[in-house]
Order: sequence, then structure tokens, then C-alpha cells
Amino acid sequence: MHPAPSIILFTTLSGLGFGLLAFLGLGLPPVTGWVAFVFFFLANALAVGGLLASVTHLANPKNAIKAFREWRSSWLSREGVLAVASLLVMGVFAVALVFFDIRLRTVGALGALLSLATVFTTSMIYTQLKTVPRWNEWTTPPIFMLHALGGGALLAGQPRLAAILLIALGLLMMWAWIKGDEKSLAGTTMETATGLGRIGKMRLLEPPHSGQNYLLKEMAYEVGRKHAQKLRILSLLLGYALPAALMLLFTVHHLTALIAIIAHLIGVAAGRWLFFAEAAHVQRLYYGK
Amino acid sequence: MTSLPQSTEKKLGLVIDLDTCVGCHACVVSCKEWNTSNYGSALSDVDAYGPEPQGTFLNRVHSFEAQPESGCSQTVHFPKSCLHCEDAPCVTVCPTGASYKREEDGIVLVNEADCMGCGLCAWSCPYGARELDQIFGVMKKCTLCVDRIYNENIPEEDRVPSCVRTCPAGARHFGDLGDPDSDVSRLVASRDGMDLMPEMGTKPVNKYLPPRLKDVPSDAALEATHKTPEGLFAWLDKALEKL
Repeated sequence: MHPAPSIILFTTLSGLGFGLLAFLGLGLPPVTGWVAFVFFFLANALAVGGLLASVTHLANPKNAIKAFREWRSSWLSREGVLAVASLLVMGVFAVALVFFDIRLRTVGALGALLSLATVFTTSMIYTQLKTVPRWNEWTTPPIFMLHALGGGALLAGQPRLAAILLIALGLLMMWAWIKGDEKSLAGTTMETATGLGRIGKMRLLEPPHSGQNYLLKEMAYEVGRKHAQKLRILSLLLGYALPAALMLLFTVHHLTALIAIIAHLIGVAAGRWLFFAEAAHVQRLYYGK
Repeated sequence: MTSLPQSTEKKLGLVIDLDTCVGCHACVVSCKEWNTSNYGSALSDVDAYGPEPQGTFLNRVHSFEAQPESGCSQTVHFPKSCLHCEDAPCVTVCPTGASYKREEDGIVLVNEADCMGCGLCAWSCPYGARELDQIFGVMKKCTLCVDRIYNENIPEEDRVPSCVRTCPAGARHFGDLGDPDSDVSRLVASRDGMDLMPEMGTKPVNKYLPPRLKDVPSDAALEATHKTPEGLFAWLDKALEKL
């Protein structure tokens, strides 16, 4: 699949932002006043910034407002509804905490739940797609959730919890990569795509067009997969191993936290790039790929 | 509503005969011609006369070669467009309600006034039947020529999809696949019509008729017919030997 920068930014930043919001809603860290303001500002900037990045992915953004309509059937619509709901609920919680020094515990807990539910709906947008076997796996939702929780714990200053979550995430990522490689296109072949396996082995004799098209650009992305192994290792080391080590082995202060967060962001972005670039869509079979 | 209808009154669709298709791409051209000037925005082209032309098409013809375990390979021209699936994943994933399946005839359409161009429906389609128009930013797909088949302003024989009307080989058939007595349903039954990627669980309405197996030439037919020269050739053979 085409690794659109807007979507990589969106899933990376928003996931982190909603993760931090979830911790703040639960009172971790127990901040008030201006410190709380800074935390909420950061969380909202990440969550909203990511959502805005995702809007740039749309080819016809003037209709984006209509995306709240179909929550009964569409995970993408549910994501929109829940994202707005969590931002509103957490907004009420933040205003009460920052300006009036009142901790509305129930509102905070509800906001935390909504924030995590938002990340879950994001993961389901990908998990639901049977056409991309690598995404259509039980591992996809926990990977998205652990990104939000692990990154959120890192930002919320919860070193031990962050380390445990990030180690678990790193292991799950490895498992998903290995299983994804094994699964490949999950038994869908040029023979099932054309229904002509009854004659014999199929190969593409002539593509339907000599130039590029939307389908090839979007669904048959191939550049960079040769770097997959290197990127996987980079993603594991920077995204999960280094931050976890920093959190467990060093006394946490602002500098170690900053290094851990930056490393985590780079690692996660690399992993997300792979998440798209490595994902093979069954459509490519019609092009003999 | 992007929920799918429980059932549809009719299941209008195409039956494509892979035995008959000659791969001339006439259906591709007629589809582009009709649909660029009718339902919804045009089917745009980018760099149409330049070195890297590309554009939006609702129907494309792939050509494959099937290689049996022994003997000659078989060329199969393979037109591909929206299969108007009963369990169309492209409909349920749509967040805006732009993508929908009609209850009356089962046609899957995009209401361009609602489409935000997110592309998720194209991701959910196993067949590559949806293309996001690069200029208009909305999702384009086969409409089964909904603006022809019910159109009382055109002669009755033209009230079929443009690709069906134009196919010079008669490889494309249009009808109600929900009615077991319709011509298309009978054709599917008699020719062992099949679904594409049945494992995706989309229950396509359009069916493909597999090509008939090629005749296998007998060994005798492949034998050399003139092993020993006769007449003038026999004399020439001898003369050349002596040189």
C-alpha cells in the first residue's frame, strides 16, 4: 500500500496524543494549573494535529464533515465521532482542572475510555480489510492500542509502565512481522483472482494499460521493501528498546525523557511506514505482481 | 445509509464470456465515452498526449496466459469492472454515505455529492474496481450504465450497459442474475459460470464464463509429413549429396 505521509503522521501523532489524553484523564500524572495546561496542550496538539494531517489525505475535503454520518456501519465514521467526543469530554475535564482546580474524576475516566476507543476504531479501519491480509489479523488492534498506551505512558512520565508496555509492543511487532511474512496473500492467487486455476498456472501476458494509474500507485506500492529488514531493526531499537532501556536503567529526568520520546517517535514512524509499504493488497494479482 | 440492504428485488449484473472475448478493448473505450459525458463528473485524463498518460477508467481488459501442466498455453482476455457484490465491502466502509447499494436492482453506486475522496472503498475492494479520479477527487466506478438501462429517451435496444451494446464479439451479457429463469442465469448455469476470488466472501453478482478447453492436437497431426523426398526433390536431394 502507498505509505502516504499524511496517514503515517496521523496514525503516529494522534495515537500518541490520545494515549496521553487517556493517562491525563485517569489523573496520571496528577498535575494541576499551568503544568496541567502544558500537558493538555501537548496531548491536544498531537491528537488534533494528527487528525488535521489525515484531512490532507482526502481528495475532496469539503465533504469531510459528512464523515460523522455512517457510524452504524463504518469504522472510519466511528473514529471521527469518537475522536470529537473524546476531545470534547477531555476538554471539559481539562478546563475544570486547569482553570478551576477541580478534578472531575468521572468525566476524566470517561474521556480516557473514549480516547482509547478512538485508537481502537483507527486500528479497525485497517484490521477490517480482508483485501490486505497483513492487516487483517488479531495483532493489529493490540499493536495500535499498545502504541497509544506505551507512548502515552512515556509522555505522562510513567517510566516503569512505559517500559513494560513498550517491551510488550516490540515483541508483538516482531510476532506480527513474522506472521505477516508467512501469511503473504493468505491463499489468494492469480488463479483464484481469475478463476482460471482449473486450466493451469496463470501469468500476466499484457497489462490493461501501458501507463500508471490510481490502482497501481495506491495498491501496488513496491519501493523500499528491500530495506524492510533494516527498518524493522531500526524501528525495534529506537521505538521500543531504547526508550524502555532509558526508562528502566537511568533515573528519569527531562533529558532522558526527551531522548526517549524522540527515539520513540522516529521508531514508530519507521514502523508505520513499513506497516503501509509492506502491506500487499490482493488487487495486485490482476497486474501479475 | 452505508449499511447493505438485506436483499435486493433484482440482481442486475453482467456475465462475461472469457471464451468469446477477443481482447479488443472496445468495451473499455465505449465505457469511457459514455461515462465521461453522463453520470457524475467526467473520467479525467492526466497528460493524455504526453509521455506518461493516465486516466480514470471503469472497465479495463487484462490479458492472461494459462499454462496447463502439459501442452500449449491458452491466452485469456479478461475484462474487469465492478462486480456489484451482494456483500459489497466498499459500501459498509464508507463514512459519508456516498457509497451505496440500491435495494431495487442491487447496483452499487457512488453519490459524488457526498464523497470526500478518502479512498477507503477502493482499499476494501479485492478487484480494483474503483478508481479515485485524480482531477475531480471523487471515487468513480461502474454504474452498470444506470443512465442507459432505464432511459426511455433512447431506443430500446440501447437500454443495456454501453460495454454490452458495443462488444463486437458478443462476449458481454446483461440481465437479472437474481431471476433463475433469466437468459443470463441460464447462461451461467449451462457454462459453469464462476465468481472471482470467492474466498473474499463478497458474493459478486457479475459472473465469468470460463474459456472452453483448447483442442489438444493429436500426435499424428504433429508428425512431419514428408520424411523421404519424392520426385524432383528426391533428385535434388541426391544431386546435392554428391556435391
